[in-house]
Amino acid sequence: MERCYINGMGCISVQNTFEGDFLEHPIVYSDTNKIYAVKPNYKAFIPPAAIRRMSSGVKNSIVASALAIEQAQVHELDGIITGTGMGCIQDSEKFLEKMIDFNEEYLTPTSFIQSTHNTVSGQIALKLKCNAYNFTYVNTGGSFPSALLDGLMQIKDEGKNNILIGGIDEIADYTFKLYQTIGHIKKDNEESYHILESRSEGCVGGEGSTFFVLSNEKQDQTYAEVLDAHLVNKLKKEQLEGFINNFLQRNNMNIGDVDAVVLGNNGDVNFDTYYDEAERLFKSNSDLLYYKHLFGEFMTAPSIAVWIASNVLKEGKAPSVLYKNNEKGSDSIKTVLIYNQYRGKDHSLTLLKNV
Amino acid sequence: MKEKVAITGMGIVSAIGMNAEENFLSLKDNKHGISKIAHIETTLKDKILVGEIKKSNQELESLLNLPSKNNFSRSSMLGAIAAKEAVQSAGISTDGNTSIGFINSTTVGGMDMIEKYYRDFLDQEELQHYIEVHDAGSNTDLIAEHLGIQGFVTTISTACSSAANAIMLGAKMIQSGRLDQVIVGGMDGLCKFTINGFSTLMILSDTYNQPFDDQRKGLNLGEGAAYLVLESEASYQKRNKKPLAYLKGYANANDAFHQTASSEQGDGAYLAMKSAFEVAGMKPEAIDYVNVHGTATPNNDLSEGRAMIKLFDQKVPDFSSTKPFTGHTLAAAASVEAVYSIFALRENLIFPSLNFQNKMEEFDLTPQQELKEKEINAVLSNSFGFGGNCSSLIFVK
Repeated sequence: MERCYINGMGCISVQNTFEGDFLEHPIVYSDTNKIYAVKPNYKAFIPPAAIRRMSSGVKNSIVASALAIEQAQVHELDGIITGTGMGCIQDSEKFLEKMIDFNEEYLTPTSFIQSTHNTVSGQIALKLKCNAYNFTYVNTGGSFPSALLDGLMQIKDEGKNNILIGGIDEIADYTFKLYQTIGHIKKDNEESYHILESRSEGCVGGEGSTFFVLSNEKQDQTYAEVLDAHLVNKLKKEQLEGFINNFLQRNNMNIGDVDAVVLGNNGDVNFDTYYDEAERLFKSNSDLLYYKHLFGEFMTAPSIAVWIASNVLKEGKAPSVLYKNNEKGSDSIKTVLIYNQYRGKDHSLTLLKNV
Repeated sequence: MKEKVAITGMGIVSAIGMNAEENFLSLKDNKHGISKIAHIETTLKDKILVGEIKKSNQELESLLNLPSKNNFSRSSMLGAIAAKEAVQSAGISTDGNTSIGFINSTTVGGMDMIEKYYRDFLDQEELQHYIEVHDAGSNTDLIAEHLGIQGFVTTISTACSSAANAIMLGAKMIQSGRLDQVIVGGMDGLCKFTINGFSTLMILSDTYNQPFDDQRKGLNLGEGAAYLVLESEASYQKRNKKPLAYLKGYANANDAFHQTASSEQGDGAYLAMKSAFEVAGMKPEAIDYVNVHGTATPNNDLSEGRAMIKLFDQKVPDFSSTKPFTGHTLAAAASVEAVYSIFALRENLIFPSLNFQNKMEEFDLTPQQELKEKEINAVLSNSFGFGGNCSSLIFVK
């Protein structure tokens, strides 16, 4: 069976991840529950007319995927696989609002065409003239983990060489407000930076586009090796230990072998209890890393976790800002496990090691 | 040699029937389901024809015994009905089942509820439980919950090829040993968003759709859901279940030509079909019947026809589009047509392509116009969509 390496990545997020800086100068968001991505210089990647036409999620994805491909130095992809929770929600809103507010009159096709969930994977294929395998997953918190699992299967089981995978979500203001109304997003004026201590309902919303090139060949710039990925829709808290143990065992490992765990705490008192349970399992052996206090929560946030794990494995250590209370941790991290769930559903595990 | 993937169950709802048997009888008796819209308030009501399921949301709710306060979208109700039939016909129990997988697909998800209540959500608390079904995955989750599935669950959205890709992923999950049983397919209910979207693209016909006809004017949108239960050899043998058919080949390619239109020569379509034969280890001449994508848009039928002529080296086998019966059911189309392909294998029948009159001037292709009896051992089924997504599946006895 082949091995699966991360040979290139690109991340557009609410942090300055575009330049490849690994959180040396993190931005602290302390007065908002809605964090927009830091815009990269689109002009270097996209023609001006298209910049005006495309939604931020599509633009960010074109830039992030181009960065990943450039880093990996690949000329031909064997697949483009994306995951997105809400899809191209900005264009969906545009078409929907016009349709409702003008009683189905004056509609034009542009925003409808761009509202489809597979817009990003289609646009990247179009830009690269890539006829290969093309997939889009739309499974809430399981969207990106599904894309990752598919990519992993392509490399490990199907003998493919290079697969582009990505996680994409963008904020659309009205829809954001709707989710805030039902308590998925915190009420206004709750400080995001303290979400690790938060005891209130809902999360702080973010957005981002993060892409990776998965390859069967290790190169000088390789970040990490992906060993395995798994997801299930439903799990009781009491089942988490067994879920994690089974997964590690099928990779001939146990809890003591994991150097660092990346947890998805987002400050939602109703669901962070899953991460409390994970902390209990790992705290005596492993470094505990967090990232949503810096990146916000969105359905494809696990893609950020993979970006973090990859950087950590390349450098062997994690910046203190990823530790609770800015502690210091190990400087020889060789194995990382990512655990994520979204509102108590779509539990996913990803296991990576250094190269 | 890759592991065989068996189909051991199927379920379907469409404009021509609320279960597999009803669908089969309608196909056999030439009873199409295309009509004017009855259940959606839209200004396009009198301008288009659709393949609508003749049941209101309330009727669907009661079919499923849903509590009066629920947040099922129309798509997820159709999905739940079809998925239930699929697991029943496979003879498996899903309640509390942690080993069976569920791979769903949809393009609209819960959009019908969002468009209905969009401007009322903020001040009408009693509607707010519908907000949660805005994202596609939550609709899959409702069905998983309804069936009691706790395991590998995911959702695909690749426009009109969605269900083909769900079927394909399911096969790969079985062949890689990750799953032994998996429910695969797609669902899409009609909604104003889709109807208006396709209307702006000017590819909706104001009359009955006519695939591969020279005068074809576009498609009729439809709605529906269909699922197959895929199973490994070890799994169905252990429980002495006789498969309905096998999925032998599958492939996905991208046309990489235009966000919504197909390339002139059908490059993506050709590539998908060609790769499916490679996966199946079969030659094109082994195909007895092609269930074409055949949407009846000028663009699709031209590029699909050209791709078939190239692939079959001029000798295109018997083919038909069943979209004149059901309308184009979008994400569900490939699983609806997978069920029809299995009927074709089981009954040795080719279902007619309705409404055909004149051959297209670009090539010499005539779809099968009457119900035809013939020994059928292998069926090719095509599905193509926006974003250049092209998928082909090969089913065998």
